[in-house]
Amino acid sequence: MHATEATQAAQRSIDICNACRYCEGYCAVFPAMMLQRAFTTEDMSYLANLCHNCNGCYHACQFSPPHAYGINLPQQFAEVRVESYAEYAWPKVMAVAFARNGRTMLALTAAALAFVLVAVLLLVPNAALFGAQSGAGAFYRLIPWGVMASFAGATLLFSLLALLMAARNFWRDTASPLTRTMSLSALRTALGDAATLRYLGGGHEGGGCNDLDSSFSQTRRKLHHFMMYGFFLCFASTSVATLMDHFLGWEAPYSWYSLPVILGTLGGIGMLIGCVGLIWVKIATDPAPVARRVLGGDYALLLMLALVAKTGLLLLLFRATPAMGVLLAVHLGSVLALFLALPYGKFIHGILRFTALLKAAVEREGRSVVSG
Amino acid sequence: MPDFGKIYDVAVIGGGNAAMCAAIMARQAGASVIVLEHAPRAFRGGNSRHTRNLRAMHDGPTSVLTESYLEDEYWDDLLRVTGGNTDEKLARMTIRESSRVMPWMMQCGVRFQPSLTGTLSLSRTNAFFLGGGKALVNAYYATAEKLGIVICYDAEVLSLDLDDGFAKSVTISANGFPQTLRAKTFVVSSGGFQGNIDWLKKYWGEAAENFLIRGTPYARGRMLQNLLDQGVQSVGDATQFHSVAIDARSPKFDGGIVTRLDNIPFSIVVNQQAKRFYDEGEDVWPKRYAVWGRIVAQQPGQIAWSIVDQKSEKLFMPSVFPAITANTIRELAGKIGLDADTLEQTVNDYNAAVQPGEFNSQKLDHCHTEGLEPPKTNWARKLDTPPFICYPHRPGITFTYLGVKVDEQARVIMADDKPTANLFASGEIMAGSILGRGYLAGFGMTIGTVFGRIAGQEAAKYARN
Repeated sequence: MHATEATQAAQRSIDICNACRYCEGYCAVFPAMMLQRAFTTEDMSYLANLCHNCNGCYHACQFSPPHAYGINLPQQFAEVRVESYAEYAWPKVMAVAFARNGRTMLALTAAALAFVLVAVLLLVPNAALFGAQSGAGAFYRLIPWGVMASFAGATLLFSLLALLMAARNFWRDTASPLTRTMSLSALRTALGDAATLRYLGGGHEGGGCNDLDSSFSQTRRKLHHFMMYGFFLCFASTSVATLMDHFLGWEAPYSWYSLPVILGTLGGIGMLIGCVGLIWVKIATDPAPVARRVLGGDYALLLMLALVAKTGLLLLLFRATPAMGVLLAVHLGSVLALFLALPYGKFIHGILRFTALLKAAVEREGRSVVSG
Repeated sequence: MPDFGKIYDVAVIGGGNAAMCAAIMARQAGASVIVLEHAPRAFRGGNSRHTRNLRAMHDGPTSVLTESYLEDEYWDDLLRVTGGNTDEKLARMTIRESSRVMPWMMQCGVRFQPSLTGTLSLSRTNAFFLGGGKALVNAYYATAEKLGIVICYDAEVLSLDLDDGFAKSVTISANGFPQTLRAKTFVVSSGGFQGNIDWLKKYWGEAAENFLIRGTPYARGRMLQNLLDQGVQSVGDATQFHSVAIDARSPKFDGGIVTRLDNIPFSIVVNQQAKRFYDEGEDVWPKRYAVWGRIVAQQPGQIAWSIVDQKSEKLFMPSVFPAITANTIRELAGKIGLDADTLEQTVNDYNAAVQPGEFNSQKLDHCHTEGLEPPKTNWARKLDTPPFICYPHRPGITFTYLGVKVDEQARVIMADDKPTANLFASGEIMAGSILGRGYLAGFGMTIGTVFGRIAGQEAAKYARN
């Protein structure tokens, strides 16, 4: 990790935090910090990715601005996080995507939509594209299954590889003597922490965090659950559909009461609720602990996820009408954009956060072994 | 803007823990309440902002407190640290009441956590606020706003019109504009005077210019002075304050907990003449840290330097400011501006006097010097392994002891021992009645919470009648 203004500002704050330690009870960042006396730029990358941006430490800080010390960890860490995404991007050249991530994502979405629409217009006869389709294989009469599956498969597999490589780069860059021994129990802890968003829970008594101001709520945590589990449901829907198609020979579209449609509908609604809600939280929250510079990328991912969910639901509603052709193209275009964007936008926070949680769990275990 | 023409039932002067407890209790009892906080919103809460726990009596384990801590042990602890400089009736009432405040605090949104790492010694006696004192202050303000208490920031109360034991009005500078506010009762919770260097100079002369103030700059003692001038009875020694030796490079005000240094037991400490002046290893640090503020205050220029060598580097909490390091004592002397020959002589004399022994940082290890004046009686090891690591120290004032006398209803007492009719006090401005000397971790917050609640209740009761 390169030292920058952002990492230096965070490092200066962490030196003060480590002499104070009042925030120990909030999240994993402070116990992780307390294992050390002196900090490197790599430590800032680790702690920044461990930070869930809950704002608890900002509102509780007796040294937050306008105090001369000016401690504002949520803001300082958010800036370090985005720099770390660029640092660990794979392949390296893709670091450029994080410079103005909101614009990059917007351009990518536009390009993917245009690509699919233009391809469909050029390749699909007008009568098929603008006529009502029904019965098994209706979608594939417009875009053949093989084309759909190979585009989706290739982009998704590449993106997953890129995400894993980024996680590997992060793990190696931030490795310390404390992180040598990996264990199953640490992995279980980290999975649990990620699945429950434990560190948006507000510590000992679990009152939540400072979503909007210095009062406590679980709103952001719940909205993120809607969004994240909605995303997983949609993913499950697509997977189930692929299996049904490939192994059972049942071609989409499926009935309203079939497993893929139920999963996809619930997931799509969940994602929409989550994305719209999280956008609202971003707009309504106290701006003081917010890093304005990174907001573009944050909004972009939420909007892209909302677009995928919304076009998916619209496609379901209007699949028997002449609008189906264009809706299908738009939906597939937005999915293509999302798949391509996974390793080069805000989505990467998921895998780096998980990796940081894993590192924290490993270090805590190592620590308790050492101290008996 | 608040309506300064209105006559409130209760006007609370101050905006820290004690003030907010009083305001909320009065409002919950049905009174109309206005809070006059000198600080702007960002710095509201006085020194409560810098606190982190409250000492609470309890007869069994709670969600955050271990074992039990009963009245007699609590009282013994208080008696010991104050050397009897307390009021048993008020103190025991405070102690008993401390066992009842936590549920109410939680209703007000205050959240607790088990004691912090490294404060195990307090896990039985002190309930820690999740996130510290500012989180507590935030919770009280949020509750106050919800209850419809009027809160004025940037509102410095300049004087209170006290007429024959009856408080009539206060004069305020509100956002820079002069205002007069009348109320049926007043609660004064405006803290001590440690933020007022000119006042400290009355007792400490020019030396006070070199004192650092660890907490809020808004504790200027204006109301304290004003009340004492009008014949209110005082408690506590005006010349005394609680202080610790903090990093000399700290900001003048509000540097907070992070400026503390706890390396003195493992060091030698020298003054401007590059000479030692006190036994650095007298006792374990938790029992000695509050002594060093006074000791350094008595040295020329109110400054001292602690020096350890590489062997002791990891034995204390990291300081917020970088250490001054050097590979020789001579080089170090140059860096901190002391006479190199004298400093070398001091270190050589010390090293020659160190006796062999089994060093143990965790307890009194009796590693000591022989034939050295002043001696070092524990943790004495030769300074012989570079780099040498040095920190400058100055006295950091935590709070002053001078206050106004109150009775069990938190009523302010006049010099003739008669209580005032409608003037109550809570927090640091009256804490000297109970903690007349010394320091007991978390007890200031206990006094503030207990007396804040009483003052609010009693003020509301008076206003209703």
